[in-house]
Amino acid sequence: METMSAQKHLNHKQAQMNILAFWFLIGAEIVVFGCLFGIYLAVKSLTGQGPTPDELFKLNEIMLSTVVLLTSSFTCAIAVYFLNLSKKLSTLLFFLITILLGLAFIGLEIREFTLYVEEGAKISTSAFLGAFYLLLGTHGFHVLFGVIWISLLLVQLWLKGINQETAPKLFIASLYWHFIDVIWVMIFTIVYLIGKV
Amino acid sequence: MMNVILDYLISLPSDIIFADISFTIMLIATVYLLTKYAKWKWLWSWIISTDHKKIGIMYLFVSFLFFIRAGIEALLIRMQLAFPNNEFWVFQGERFNQLTSTHGTVMIFLVATPLLIGLMNVIVPLQIGARDVAFPFMNSLSLWLFISGGILINASFVAGGSPNAGWTTYAPLALKEFTPGPGNSYYPIGLQVAGLGTIMGGINFIVTIIKMRAPGMRFMRMPLSTWSMFITSILIVYAFSALAVALLLLTFERLFGTVILSASEGNPLIWQHLFWIFGHPEVYIIALPAFGIFSDVISVFSKRKLFGYPSMVFAIILIGFLGFMVWVHHMFTVGLNTNITIFFALTTMLIAVPTGIKIFNWLFTMRGGRIRFDTPMLYALGFIFTFVIGGVTGVMLGTVPADYQYHDSYFVVAHLHYVIIGATIFGVFSGVYYWWPKMFGKKLNETLGKWNFWTFGIGFHLTFFPMHVMGLMGMPRRVFTYPEGDGLGFLNFISTCGAFMMGIGVLFFMINIYITTRYNNKRVLNDPWFSRGRTLEWTIPSPPPAYNFARLPEVKSREPLWDAYEKGNKNIDFIGEYEDIHLPNSTSLPFFIGIGFLIASFGFVFEIWPVALSGMLIVFLMMSIRSFQRKNGIHIPKEKVRVQDRRGED
Repeated sequence: METMSAQKHLNHKQAQMNILAFWFLIGAEIVVFGCLFGIYLAVKSLTGQGPTPDELFKLNEIMLSTVVLLTSSFTCAIAVYFLNLSKKLSTLLFFLITILLGLAFIGLEIREFTLYVEEGAKISTSAFLGAFYLLLGTHGFHVLFGVIWISLLLVQLWLKGINQETAPKLFIASLYWHFIDVIWVMIFTIVYLIGKV
Repeated sequence: MMNVILDYLISLPSDIIFADISFTIMLIATVYLLTKYAKWKWLWSWIISTDHKKIGIMYLFVSFLFFIRAGIEALLIRMQLAFPNNEFWVFQGERFNQLTSTHGTVMIFLVATPLLIGLMNVIVPLQIGARDVAFPFMNSLSLWLFISGGILINASFVAGGSPNAGWTTYAPLALKEFTPGPGNSYYPIGLQVAGLGTIMGGINFIVTIIKMRAPGMRFMRMPLSTWSMFITSILIVYAFSALAVALLLLTFERLFGTVILSASEGNPLIWQHLFWIFGHPEVYIIALPAFGIFSDVISVFSKRKLFGYPSMVFAIILIGFLGFMVWVHHMFTVGLNTNITIFFALTTMLIAVPTGIKIFNWLFTMRGGRIRFDTPMLYALGFIFTFVIGGVTGVMLGTVPADYQYHDSYFVVAHLHYVIIGATIFGVFSGVYYWWPKMFGKKLNETLGKWNFWTFGIGFHLTFFPMHVMGLMGMPRRVFTYPEGDGLGFLNFISTCGAFMMGIGVLFFMINIYITTRYNNKRVLNDPWFSRGRTLEWTIPSPPPAYNFARLPEVKSREPLWDAYEKGNKNIDFIGEYEDIHLPNSTSLPFFIGIGFLIASFGFVFEIWPVALSGMLIVFLMMSIRSFQRKNGIHIPKEKVRVQDRRGED
């Protein structure tokens, strides 16, 4: 009976509309990131006086961020699983782990950027670096936004429990989280891996 | 202290002093009138409203204000160009660049787009039998973001200088290297805010149309206005996100020193690509809803079913789809690979096919009909005539070798005004005359409407037809003067006269609104158009109650109301019992989010980070409040609905 109730929240008309709207927002975000990838690819070779991608990137550290963010996607999926089971505390716990991993990712990214800047690879050094920071920065900002957003939702979950209002919100936030994860996979491939080739 | 301020004021150019003074007078007058008639509460009730009809009307009102501002700019441009080697007031060189840039930017982003969005905001829920849009809060937020962005762009010329790199703001001219000062920062930041609102509006309409149709209102039964707004919304969501990236890029170039668009270290063509990947779908964003309006209007005033409904729908979809594949035709002279230009030339000409289908379908709809020439219909007919000319010049411009001749000449100016005024502005006038009784319960004055149409229409052709010839004679666009003896003087003078005639046309429209509101006390019934109405919006009272439909209609065909008339009924049958109606609360949060964005944007434009940060903080705070709010809404008990509905029927 309980399993049914959580699903019912998502089947409610307003919830369905919210979820549909969010899919279209993700569509818009795909265009945003598509354009940013396009910009990056167009100016990748314009390194000017600055370092080339090959010289700049340190794959080991990027691997760590990748693992952190992908794990967060996994814990997010588990959180939604518990959300469907209407288990408030487990949902809370796994979403909490998710945002902590998100924070860790942001920390790693800030460390990476400061390192680059110390090496003299600033946003204004070359067109390549500009596009790199623009793409990665936009993604990083999305992660940060996700962390803050989900934290606010967790407060609501704590106060109100799983209900008609909180369940769809958390479900939508999980879609968002998976989406920025997918974008990271593409960044990892297109920016870092191909940059090293 | 006073002396310093006075000295500063006197040092300003006379046009800015004039603008400041007239703005102050208007502000004082507005405050005085609002206080005198005790209308502050009334104003606030509009600001916080989440009713789609009120939001639509506010959209229309604000964008009409911007229309007047950009229209005055057009008149100033024409004054400067009226004679060879003319020097009108201060509008030469730099100031002329600011005039043309803001005229274009305001007209496209803050007039054409929001006028149509406003009209559709009122109409789409009524046409699909819904009680509101899917997200009333977001709808209000869209409006306030649009107003914020609009204020920013409009305030620019009294606060630091306007954008002056053309409405397309091409890099590298738009970069700090060549245009220092805040002018060109207003452009990306102001439009970013307005664009954000537009994307939200697009998503809102998509979900509304997919999820909130009345029982029986299948997709292939939707009126053409709704169909076109549906496709337009999809275009908005994907095109405006490309614009968002372009604007973000330009903001970074100007504020944070990236060199992606720099001519020496980066690639300025990226801006052109991104801008036109947005810019061409934008043309259809402002044309398709107008097509929809004309389809409804022509069918009603010809008293005939719309000819070829499925092909009309198919044509809209095809135009929307092809619209994303033609952007390079704005960049033929850039010198891209020949195969690429050929591809884009072909897709460009291909668009003439679905557009042609639509034109013929409109003509066939009129054929054999009992046509009434009321103002909405006059605008529709004027549109067909004008748009065909604009379409033909469009195909001419799409021919690559010829485009090398036409590029950046007045021929392009003529073409773009023929399609944008011909479709969008005529469409909005037609739609406003057509739906005015639905919005306000009174019909606009027909005589003044006809004066409005004929002065505006004839003035339009006088203004822009000579521009074709000027362009072919070699007059480049965006120049503030031209030498004597090139034979351009006479044509330019005609064009200026035409522009003033259009101005008179707009004055007729304003007088019409004033006279109708003040002196016309004749309330109209559900269907004011001589019982020719066909679609759902004419089945409910004018203006409709807050919940639109007391009982939901059941739709059994494409033209439910007309079918009811055919059967001799006065209205369609509404199904079911009265039920409690739930409406969203009004809310002031979107208004404050708009203010937050406004503060933040000024901070960004002038690079004062604490201001920018505090603005963003306000935005974030308001959004958090919204997230925690209980959304109870207002419940209207069914008894009350029943009583109101009965009263309406008498």
